[in-house]
Amino acid sequence: MSNYLYILWIPLLPLATFVVLGLFGRKYFAKTAGIIGTASLLTSTLLSFVAAKQYFFVDGKVNGVYQRIIALKYTWLQFSPNVSIDMGVIVDPISVMMLIVVTSVSLMVHVFSLGYMKGEERFATYYAFLSLFTFSMLGLILSVNIFQVYMFWELVGVSSFLLIGYYFNKPSAVAASKKAFIVTRFADLGFLIGILIIGFYGGSLDIGLLIEKFTSVQSPEFISITTASFLGASMLTWGLVLIFMGGAGKSAMFPLHIWLPDAMEGPTPVSALIHAATMVVAGVYLVARLFPVFSMDEAALTIVTYVGAFSALLAAVIACTQTDIKRVLAYSTMSQIGYMMFALGISKNGGESGLGFMASMFHLFTHAFFKSLLFLGAGSVIHMVHSNEMKDMGGLRKLMPITHAAFLIACLAIAGIPPFAGFFSKEEILTAAFHENKLIYGVALFTAALTSFYMFRLYFNIFWSKEAAAKAHHHDAHSQHNDTHDHGEGTWTMKLPLLILAACAVGVGFIPFSQFITSDGAAIETHIDMVFSIAPVALSIIAILLSASFYKSHNAKSDKAVAFFGGFYRAAYKKFYVDELYLFITKKIVFPLIGQPIAWADRNIVDGFMLLLANTTAKISTAIKGLQSGKVQNYALYFFGGVLALSVLFIYIWK
Amino acid sequence: MNEIPLTHILFVSTALFFIGMYGLFTRRNIITMLMSIELMLNSVNINFVAFNKYLFPDKLDGLFFSLFIITIAAAEAAVAIAIIINLYRSHQSIDVDDATEMKF
Repeated sequence: MSNYLYILWIPLLPLATFVVLGLFGRKYFAKTAGIIGTASLLTSTLLSFVAAKQYFFVDGKVNGVYQRIIALKYTWLQFSPNVSIDMGVIVDPISVMMLIVVTSVSLMVHVFSLGYMKGEERFATYYAFLSLFTFSMLGLILSVNIFQVYMFWELVGVSSFLLIGYYFNKPSAVAASKKAFIVTRFADLGFLIGILIIGFYGGSLDIGLLIEKFTSVQSPEFISITTASFLGASMLTWGLVLIFMGGAGKSAMFPLHIWLPDAMEGPTPVSALIHAATMVVAGVYLVARLFPVFSMDEAALTIVTYVGAFSALLAAVIACTQTDIKRVLAYSTMSQIGYMMFALGISKNGGESGLGFMASMFHLFTHAFFKSLLFLGAGSVIHMVHSNEMKDMGGLRKLMPITHAAFLIACLAIAGIPPFAGFFSKEEILTAAFHENKLIYGVALFTAALTSFYMFRLYFNIFWSKEAAAKAHHHDAHSQHNDTHDHGEGTWTMKLPLLILAACAVGVGFIPFSQFITSDGAAIETHIDMVFSIAPVALSIIAILLSASFYKSHNAKSDKAVAFFGGFYRAAYKKFYVDELYLFITKKIVFPLIGQPIAWADRNIVDGFMLLLANTTAKISTAIKGLQSGKVQNYALYFFGGVLALSVLFIYIWK
Repeated sequence: MNEIPLTHILFVSTALFFIGMYGLFTRRNIITMLMSIELMLNSVNINFVAFNKYLFPDKLDGLFFSLFIITIAAAEAAVAIAIIINLYRSHQSIDVDDATEMKF
């Protein structure tokens, strides 16, 4: 077994960049911060590819099965001989795949930001935050210990918070960053409790050890955790569901999804990196990392399945109604992550029945590329139009040919049209769903059609729909910012990532993924069944045509559709009032019924006790302060009086 | 020859002590108060010497103790006089009733 220690450099380089740029960036590297960040990340990316090549093609396989290799393990906090928090580097198929995804998407975003963020006042800070995020995400991926996961999990949350609130002088961005932080923190509370439950019964926090213990039905740990039950469910279910709650918070699964659309207040490249390709799949990765344990518990997997499927459907419906292009993309992200989740949920561990696991990871992989491409494309469009609203766009295909082509490719990929990447991964998911659960299959199929519809609604609204474009021109002619069409598509640093990602969105589907990444490490055979593919592809094409007839040129059909759906449309437009529901729960129930009594108790009981102590002390001191008169002779009198009293005490009383 | 009994000497020392105490409480002049304290110290010295002579005539502990007390009293007087000089410089008075700033 060869040495994988150099993988340590992959997260450490961004950390170094963060420290250097964070401390000295604004003063010394105000202009060069982007180059420094990009160069260090380029090194990380190259190292990741070296690691992937070494692992997948040279020595990762033993007897045809990819091994889990612990490249480094450093015990950081030892609680007892078995329980410790370790820092380490794990090398297995999913972590290596995630290394590739995170570093390459992050690199593309770094390059794109060189153009997009040019001239920002806090340019260096921006790159420092990006580096911090990349470091945390890579650390999360490489964690050997579930507590290490938790620490990096929080770091990821913090860097996401910092980046969403990057434009901190914009109140909506501040609100969005707070919302994201609070919602994910709330979810992480569940995650922490889940870790404690699993760690308590498993007697360890080491992921490998936990998997080993909980996957053998005879082990005392497994027996104790499954026999202990609380509110009718075994502790294993509770632990896993709570861990999944953490994952659902980060991955924006219903009902913890409310932060993701608002998170679009951050700079667009950040949305591409964090809220599309990497951080939001952390939840999927977490479930996949603990998948052998999840697969031992039917109930937890069922919850994962239905939460995933419901989120996929809900988000797709909402996405059809939104007009802010980044919000559409945010809901589409949520929908695709729902896909990954339920694919995990319906999967079983090992062998051919682990198709769902493999499909989920495959979809994660392809989704990262085409979704970041969509976001960067949207970023390019926003950079040009200076607006997020669809109505300000239109007819841009002539003005931005490269963005147009890249965006079209990404839309086709997400719609699942062969031979683009999304087709292959979505087919695997649908196949797995078809074999395991027909209801989920139906939901998935319908969601796939909706996905095609809203993605092409977005596409046609941005790049076609001539009249809107004329309006935009007209609008620009009168606005003071008449530079809209002057800087074209932006610098080559903005075009290059689009081209690279577009190539990925076309090409990565052809990777024989099932040879590399499966639930148990052994390759499984998958094949694309032409007959099976007819239904989803046909549905997607119909949805695209429908979308084209609605939005390719401005006409009344879409208004008629809106009128037809009426109340349902309005509900979807308002995101099914989930935000309002949360506001209702917090403002009308939590604050008056829990918050105010606690505030009262704090003010009157806790503070009251302290005030009582302070007041009593003050009163006594006022009463006796006359003793300290400043007159020396009085003090002498007290002294002799005291001596006299003590003499009397010791001579006559206390004999 | 009739020896003076111990009680006589103790009576003198007690008288000296209370004369010193009376001076300490009634006088307002710090130097006089210092002198009163010296009286009290000396009454203690007399006690030490007397007890040493009458109770443990073959030992010298009491004598040494009174020597120590004389030494310390000298040092104490030096410090006290220095303080008094400073007090006079800041207050233009060595009356204790004028130096009552150190209070609540």
